[in-house]
Amino acid sequence: MSAKREIAVWPGAIALALATAYLIALLGAEKQGVIIALLTAGIIFVVAAASFGLTGIASESFNSHEDAMAVLAVGGALAIAAFFHDNHFVLLLVTTVLLYSVATLGLNVQFGFAGVLNFAGASFFGIGAYTSAVLNAQTAMPHLLVLLCGGLLAALAGSVLLLPVLRTRGHYAAVVTIAFALLLKTFLEVNDVLGGPQGMQVKGMRILGWSFNDNIEIGGISLSFYMNYFVLSLLLLVVTFVLVRRLERSWVGLNFDALRLDETAAGCFGIDVARWKITAFLIGNFLIGVAGALFGMVGGFVAPNNYTFADSLILVSILLLGGIGNPWGLVVATIIVVVLPEKLQTIQEYRFLLYALMVIAVLLFRPEGLLPRPVRRYFPGWRP
Amino acid sequence: MTAMTSTMISMLEARGLTKHFGGVRALDGLDLNVARDEILGLIGPNGSGKTTFFNVITGIYGLDAGRVMFDGADITNASGRAVYHAGMSRTFQRSRLSLPLSIFDNIMIGNHKRLRQGLWFNLVRRGDFKREFERSYAEARALVEVFEPALADRMFEPVAGLPMIDRRRIEICRALISAPKLLLLDEPSAGMTHDETAELMNDILLVRERNRHLAIIIVEHEMGVIERITDRCVVLNFGRKIAEGPYRAVAADAQVQEAYLGAA
Repeated sequence: MSAKREIAVWPGAIALALATAYLIALLGAEKQGVIIALLTAGIIFVVAAASFGLTGIASESFNSHEDAMAVLAVGGALAIAAFFHDNHFVLLLVTTVLLYSVATLGLNVQFGFAGVLNFAGASFFGIGAYTSAVLNAQTAMPHLLVLLCGGLLAALAGSVLLLPVLRTRGHYAAVVTIAFALLLKTFLEVNDVLGGPQGMQVKGMRILGWSFNDNIEIGGISLSFYMNYFVLSLLLLVVTFVLVRRLERSWVGLNFDALRLDETAAGCFGIDVARWKITAFLIGNFLIGVAGALFGMVGGFVAPNNYTFADSLILVSILLLGGIGNPWGLVVATIIVVVLPEKLQTIQEYRFLLYALMVIAVLLFRPEGLLPRPVRRYFPGWRP
Repeated sequence: MTAMTSTMISMLEARGLTKHFGGVRALDGLDLNVARDEILGLIGPNGSGKTTFFNVITGIYGLDAGRVMFDGADITNASGRAVYHAGMSRTFQRSRLSLPLSIFDNIMIGNHKRLRQGLWFNLVRRGDFKREFERSYAEARALVEVFEPALADRMFEPVAGLPMIDRRRIEICRALISAPKLLLLDEPSAGMTHDETAELMNDILLVRERNRHLAIIIVEHEMGVIERITDRCVVLNFGRKIAEGPYRAVAADAQVQEAYLGAA
């Protein structure tokens, strides 16, 4: 697209390259001292870059060349995976980031776009995971279809909440979802068919005879079996990202915004508030469920304690941290929230304290999140 | 003269509208007609029921009694959605734009019924969506240009940064973009200077030049505006109609003067 003022690709590309290199260094670092030094350096660098106006230039370049940036970001993820190709721990961590990103994107459709607060994100994630546990054990259903079922089941379970969510607004709707989270955990704990409090094993994924739980050997190079899951998760994230982006950049996304910002005015202009709230809630839960179904197979194990209210709060805090409504911000926030406690073993115990502090800091100093959502452009680079 | 011919074919016909809030009768058996091509001024002291009238016919409040016919169809207690789809749109006394959204987005909210809303169309058929988007953009831009050409080049800027007059303009564009049959303006001059109001009224009249069949009901405290643009006025007090007719006749009415100034 020819623009009146040409915005270059390279600032965004450099930012992505730096981020990739930084993540490789951080993920590879073993000693706590090195990790803390890296984190400090990272924060100082970002703050310095921001005060010199460099981040503004980079984000401008990001916004006007989003498709190119997305391709580069996928390249960055692949570079990280290639670097750690035989490292189980890092690949599992990266895969977790990818799947949590899918889940928070789903949450973003609900809360970020349509304003429907969902404090049961982890529950829907868990419904997806339990779906793959049961279906993989009891049926011969193709595993890609199991992922779909995980999403559909999460959406279906979520539809129990539709009536209360539609009849209440704001905080009251949020309380309803909290009740759901508590109920689901109890239901899983007392249900022996689903393994009770001990949970159950999940069989690994297998597509057309290709088992995801076997290490890969290609021409003398051995790859961790997590590489399978990494690739599939990356694909899932790309598809979800495109879907959520298109949703935002359409009349549907506009309806979501309109009813979030002023339900009464939206009604006066013909917007069917109930229909679009339902749409957002179901799409969101579907995405969270699909991510959960795949995550169940990655982890190989599901238990009620993995999907508690506290985990839902983590998902919401990712949303607040990243910038409500901005998918790029969500991915960045997911990286921070998932990777930080894993690398900083010393703070593992205090992870919730850390999240709380981060959320408070963001709300105080940057209320719109690390990467605030820009004004909607239906087609990036489009000029009249 | 226009008043005589226009009452024959009604765009809006309200009979016996009654609305209580607790012990307060906000509307008390109000009858009101608007003709197809008429600009009707709705005036009266604060609390006389003008905004309540707008709110009961646009589905924000339910009626306690009465009947509303709009362009031949019964819209009594219809939802806001149904009223909008029937061809009525409004502005609000206190601006209700979505501030973080762009000018274009805000206007497109008003264009809802002419945009295709299916998920498949919006998510998958992006080529078709783009054509609809470009067409809508051209329409919105043309409408904004009538009001303020400078705004037409800022269609993708957030509304939050704009001054009051521009927000009003956009709110009126949002109401006009769907080519309604009846436009309800609730105190368009609120928060604006005298000159700004005059300018805005000229623009509204300009839009009406193009769409002769647009009927307008305007609630306004600025009597200069009422005098200049309305064909006919209805004066409310305590939810009742106390006078009706051309502005000059109504302004001279003893009851109206008493309602505004208190008993002499």
